[in-house]
Amino acid sequence: MRWLSEGKTLPVLTVVAAIVLAWYVGTFVLNAPFERDQATRAGTEIGFSQLLSRTMAQERPVLPAPHQVIEELWDTTVAKKITSKRSLVFHAWITLSATLLGFAIGTVLGVALAIGIVYNRAMDKSVMPWVIASQTIPILAIAPMIIVVLNSVGISGLLPKALISTYLSFFPVVVGMVKGLRSPEAIQLDLMRTYNASGSQTLWKLRWPAAAPYLFTSMKVAVATALVGAIVGELPTGAVAGLGARLLTGSYYGQTIQIWSALFMAAALAAVLVMLVGVGERLVMSRMGERP
Amino acid sequence: MNQSYIIGAIVFWLGAWAANEWLVRRQTGTRFGSRAISLAVPLLFGISLLVLWEGLVRGLDVPKVLLPAPSAIWDRLTSSLPTLWADFRQTFLKAVLAGYVIGCGLGFVVAIAIDRSSFLKRGLLPLGNFVSALPIIGVAPIMVMWFGFDWQSKAAVVIIMTFFPMLVNTASGLAASGHMERDLMRTYASSYWQTLALLRLPAAAPFIFNALKINSTLALIGAIVAEFFGTPIVGMGFRISTEVGRMNVDMVWAEIAIAALAGSAFYGAVALAERATTFWHPSVRGG
Repeated sequence: MRWLSEGKTLPVLTVVAAIVLAWYVGTFVLNAPFERDQATRAGTEIGFSQLLSRTMAQERPVLPAPHQVIEELWDTTVAKKITSKRSLVFHAWITLSATLLGFAIGTVLGVALAIGIVYNRAMDKSVMPWVIASQTIPILAIAPMIIVVLNSVGISGLLPKALISTYLSFFPVVVGMVKGLRSPEAIQLDLMRTYNASGSQTLWKLRWPAAAPYLFTSMKVAVATALVGAIVGELPTGAVAGLGARLLTGSYYGQTIQIWSALFMAAALAAVLVMLVGVGERLVMSRMGERP
Repeated sequence: MNQSYIIGAIVFWLGAWAANEWLVRRQTGTRFGSRAISLAVPLLFGISLLVLWEGLVRGLDVPKVLLPAPSAIWDRLTSSLPTLWADFRQTFLKAVLAGYVIGCGLGFVVAIAIDRSSFLKRGLLPLGNFVSALPIIGVAPIMVMWFGFDWQSKAAVVIIMTFFPMLVNTASGLAASGHMERDLMRTYASSYWQTLALLRLPAAAPFIFNALKINSTLALIGAIVAEFFGTPIVGMGFRISTEVGRMNVDMVWAEIAIAALAGSAFYGAVALAERATTFWHPSVRGG
């Protein structure tokens, strides 16, 4: 039982339980005024137990109860056909494909730019400040414009969303990889020099392996931001498909349960993506001979 | 004549590149000189990007709806300053600043509050780390539904977005002071609060500033995206989404320029405050 008292499992579970409890209380408090209002309009008194059961089962609650959200999640993922437009898996897949494409392009671009920055002093001095400055720009603000503009020239579908994901995910990769490619110590670089190693040999045999841990750390951040980019990219296209579209239609029609279930789906997607990168990290690092 | 624009722009770009290559190889020896070079090089790069943009747009006759030239954006920016100022006030001065202050403050206070309980720390921090990676921006429609269309709902989104980075960073910052230093405080018989105020909070300052910097960008993004879900007829996010619909792309770019300026200034202000307060830290000293 030691792992219970000293590990993270018990505290985390306790906090989660507290959050769920607070959620139920919040559901009751936030939804009760509507039910009371209904009761006074109908001219009837409403008892506490009745109030409690009704606040937990409203059709358009201010705050849906956790079990309502889970029910909706189950309903839209397992009970519906995947090809159906009402299936959450269908929407999640659309968002996921844009995320993955953007993440892949962003990572490749980021690594390429980082290599350029490390090997060219002029690029380091001129590009690096702008890469950092570009992140103080709320780039998501441009998302709707990129989508609409690309739509008007006939590029639609996956690519515009993926481009937004690319832009968001490339920054952490550049910064992390510049740091990682510079992480070999002077003594190691000197050794490569004594071997008369060329630039590309130094890159592939020393800098690249040394940068691997940095790459994975930044990829974890990048994949999470890529998902955010894809979701926001789905907002302005008239809400056709994808998790962002579910959020938008949900907010248009007051379908709070739909919003919450889309939100949970997005959260689960982010968690799985970050975890997958983590698994890849452990595989690569153990192949490289790292012992935990 | 169109080609002359393209050729001119490309020549300028190559010239600026060559100048940069020459500049970074120079050894001035003086501190002022090297400082000037490290300032001039990115500036030259930025200007050459703008010239390239302008030249390509003019030379290739890119339609205005697709990508306006920088000069057109500048014209629009200077001619519609009152609108831009109203949007800036609504989004930045009201929603972003209020949400940023409350969110960061709450994160800080909660981090201190759970500091004494290792149980709560072990419970909350993994969750905080997890939540930081989630697309929190998705709560925007819910907040708009709860708090109405005005800036309060945007501030609420900003609070939620900024809270978790602050919580996690402050908590790891509070753990950053060394054992020796804490033992020294113990030998001085200092109380918990004295240790906190005199040792652990100063040691946590770099972490806290890191969170403040991350949050400065997050806050602006949160407020602008939240405005896509419903807003009164003013605000940067509102302007962007409506002007996109009307194909006034130059106005959108003007708004983005303002947002970029505000974001950079915000970040810069936090960075300056960091330099002033954590002057002892190696990353600031440059040692």
